[in-house]
Amino acid sequence: MSATSHLLKVVIQTVMAAPMTNDQSWFYALALGVSFLKCLLINAYHSTDFEVHRNWLALTHSLPVSQWYYEATSEWTLDYPPLFAWFEYGLSHIACFFDKEMLVVPNLNYASPATVLFQRLSVIVADVVFFYAVKECCKCLREDKGKDLLGKPSFILTVLLLWNFGLLIVDHIHFQYNGFLFGVLLLSIARHCQNRHFEGAFLFSVLLNLKHNCIRFIDKSRSSLFIKGQLPQVLSRLFPFKRGLCHAYWAPNIWALYNIADKAFSILGVKFRLLDINKLPKASMTGGLVQEFQHSVLPSVSPLATLVCTLLSILPALFKIWHRPNGARGFLRCLVICALGSFMFGWHVHEKAILMAILPLSLLAVDSRKDAGIFLMLSVTSHYSLFPLLFTTQELPIKIFLMLLFTIFSLASLKTLFRKGGALLNPLEVTYLLGLIPLELICEFVYPLTVWQKTFPFLPLMLTSVYCALGVTYAFIRLYISLLTCSDTTKKTKMQ
Amino acid sequence: MENWSLFSLCVLLGLTSRWAVSFHSYSGAGKPPMFGDYEAQRHWQEVTYNLPVHEWYFNTTNNDLNYWGLDYPPLTAYHSLVCAYVAKLLNPEWVELHASRGYESHSHKLFMRATVLFTDILIYIPAVLLYCFYFCDGFSKQKVATALCILLYPGLILIDYGHFQYNSVSLGLALWGILGLGLGWDLFGSLAFTLALNYKQMELYHSLPFFCYLLGKCIKQGLIGRGFFQLAKISLTVLVTFALCWMPFLSDPKQPLQVLHRLFPFGRGLFEDKVANTWCSLNVLIKIKTLLSRETQLFLSFALTLLFILPSSLKLLSKPNLWQFKLALVNSSLAFFLFSFQVHEKSILLAAFMLPLLVKDGLLLPYVVTSLAFLFLSLYLLSHLTRTNEPLFWYFPFLVISVATFVWLEPPAKFPDLFPVLVSILSFLHFLGFIIYFNLVQLMEPQRKKSQKKTN
Repeated sequence: MSATSHLLKVVIQTVMAAPMTNDQSWFYALALGVSFLKCLLINAYHSTDFEVHRNWLALTHSLPVSQWYYEATSEWTLDYPPLFAWFEYGLSHIACFFDKEMLVVPNLNYASPATVLFQRLSVIVADVVFFYAVKECCKCLREDKGKDLLGKPSFILTVLLLWNFGLLIVDHIHFQYNGFLFGVLLLSIARHCQNRHFEGAFLFSVLLNLKHNCIRFIDKSRSSLFIKGQLPQVLSRLFPFKRGLCHAYWAPNIWALYNIADKAFSILGVKFRLLDINKLPKASMTGGLVQEFQHSVLPSVSPLATLVCTLLSILPALFKIWHRPNGARGFLRCLVICALGSFMFGWHVHEKAILMAILPLSLLAVDSRKDAGIFLMLSVTSHYSLFPLLFTTQELPIKIFLMLLFTIFSLASLKTLFRKGGALLNPLEVTYLLGLIPLELICEFVYPLTVWQKTFPFLPLMLTSVYCALGVTYAFIRLYISLLTCSDTTKKTKMQ
Repeated sequence: MENWSLFSLCVLLGLTSRWAVSFHSYSGAGKPPMFGDYEAQRHWQEVTYNLPVHEWYFNTTNNDLNYWGLDYPPLTAYHSLVCAYVAKLLNPEWVELHASRGYESHSHKLFMRATVLFTDILIYIPAVLLYCFYFCDGFSKQKVATALCILLYPGLILIDYGHFQYNSVSLGLALWGILGLGLGWDLFGSLAFTLALNYKQMELYHSLPFFCYLLGKCIKQGLIGRGFFQLAKISLTVLVTFALCWMPFLSDPKQPLQVLHRLFPFGRGLFEDKVANTWCSLNVLIKIKTLLSRETQLFLSFALTLLFILPSSLKLLSKPNLWQFKLALVNSSLAFFLFSFQVHEKSILLAAFMLPLLVKDGLLLPYVVTSLAFLFLSLYLLSHLTRTNEPLFWYFPFLVISVATFVWLEPPAKFPDLFPVLVSILSFLHFLGFIIYFNLVQLMEPQRKKSQKKTN
């Protein structure tokens, strides 16, 4: 064979991950496969977050840096930290080649086909960071040689991360850049697991500069924010405490349960004439985009109260890990608990934030039986809680198919991985998860046909949120118990 | 991982790709006055719902056959009728006689796409799963891989969920027919295939193998005795099925004739558009369309089709086993595609070569993604599960380059149709190669590596 044909063959083989010599080819096959799927979803519904990012492309491209955090032509002001703004700035230079009009700030809601193509592709390409991070995380796992591919922990972890349902629908339909951001997070974790702590810390500070809600992880690394004397303005944009306790759709956390308890008490109170209906505040808790509201019976919750609750919830875990570090596994477990704690008790939490707990938990799930069980509970519940994000009829089959895809895979693969030692989920947990099916049928199919759809349109959302909140709380408690009760297992630690 | 979970993952991946493709445009979207196949299907719902049966295939004041007149057999018409009933429930405007012409809306598109998905799930996908489970050689991983490849086959996805058609119904029914024959349920198989034939006349491409296989089997069982009874039962099944499907049209002798006239439009000429078959490719060198009279064209196409189909059919008749049957199906459909009259490019359902049609429909992106994914996946799985076939690796970049050329380069002004024609000719050469290869395989039966199943 001539040199060129040989070279071409090598290129094709690398690109196509040719079989015989390279046994990592399945990774590239999975990565390519999910990228193809993401490409097919380019034409799907996208939320207002699409316009948000288009606006940020425009303002970072057209305005000087000093104006970035002051610009307010659009309602979607820049509310991510500076490094992300620089990322958008970099993207905007490529955007010129697709459609210059998207970079004009007054072009509100501009969404030409070229704009959609560019923005969607930017998310897909940025996911390369995520792919790399997943590959690095796989290196931290213990491998059993000679196992069938579908039963290998690294294969299962790769699918659980690359094909994660939440990430797919939030990033590639709803529209966000979480893949890229979680890539940095997972890479930071991987570096810590590989004992490359300095890199891990550095990556973490990078992450904080990209998305500030990672501040909940701040105990593990140091951060440094340097902005040109615009600290108050930036901070006010980054932490908008004027928004209400809950988002328009309640994230399935403690406050959802708190809200429902409050509503229940007020209804009971009015029924039993303990409360005067005219004195109750009229604010609806789910109307509009962001609403501040007051509770009727139970005490109202302030931002400070949520901060205190969050800190209280994660302190025991931090103390335990400081007192008795348990290597990489302990670190990860604490990380997941901190993420879940801030999800459970935080102010104005988005349901998407649950991904911050699920992705690191996937690493634990392929490692231990108990964690696999908790992972299944948490992932299925929280993935279901993301359903209201895609409320269009066109996307309904997609979200159901993808959800089933991920759920069946995680159940079947983890069951096979831990086949020795009984079932992963006890009957109560199975019943709870199966309960999601009638819940979906009622909320999405039956309820809209009833007469209550007009008078109480928010009821399905409330039901979903409360039902899922139960599952998430349960997972949180179980995770905490497992952290607090696990003995020093440094000898048995599988992750080095 | 257990088999059922792997199979369900394949199905879910297939369903997701299908529905994701359906987000894109359909044939004739926003292109009055004629629009495209999507409007044709909608129009048939309108016609079958509002008009009495005896008017469906005729040119009347209420039914203008020039505007997408029905040209598929009765089962398609009944299917459209059922869809029309559902449409009427959801929004009567969709099937309003005359007034609904060219109706386009987001919710209507969702409805139409949903009807395709429904029939796919009902008919085609179960057939594929059963086929892979029972009739694929190899261990379970190979069966799952085959199922995945078949379910992700871009041609069917793009035509049914993009361009808009219901090929999954006829192909699914034909597959049920093959399944029936494979399991030894000849009557069920004949029934299913007859239904397929009554859904789309294109299934005639597969009819000769079915006929030869069943006839051969009966002859083998002895024409005096069991074989004869079997033949009688099969014939009765076929005739009764035909009678049931055509019942509303049997009252008046003019009816079936008109239907046949609509199904086989010999008046339309040897070919239309750019098709990857012999006549279209030959036309580039010799203008046979204008040189020969219509009768001569008909005779030539009939003769050549027969010539190419005869060896394969006779071989199957003499040796009626499943392996021969499968090969005969391939050879028969290729022969009909290459040589018969009035063939449409969709008849081949092979992704890479329907590019011009799909670009016209605004389906370039799903075409590229599904084709690349399918090619990569099938080559990857093929190389993992069997011995690597090196030439295949060269095929991939070759196709990519040809696709890229078609999409990005401008044809020279003197030959505006250059690229579609080149694509057609290239495809034609491929198919010619395939038909020769598969005929050789069927006729000569080289040593087969896999062990033969008892049912063979």
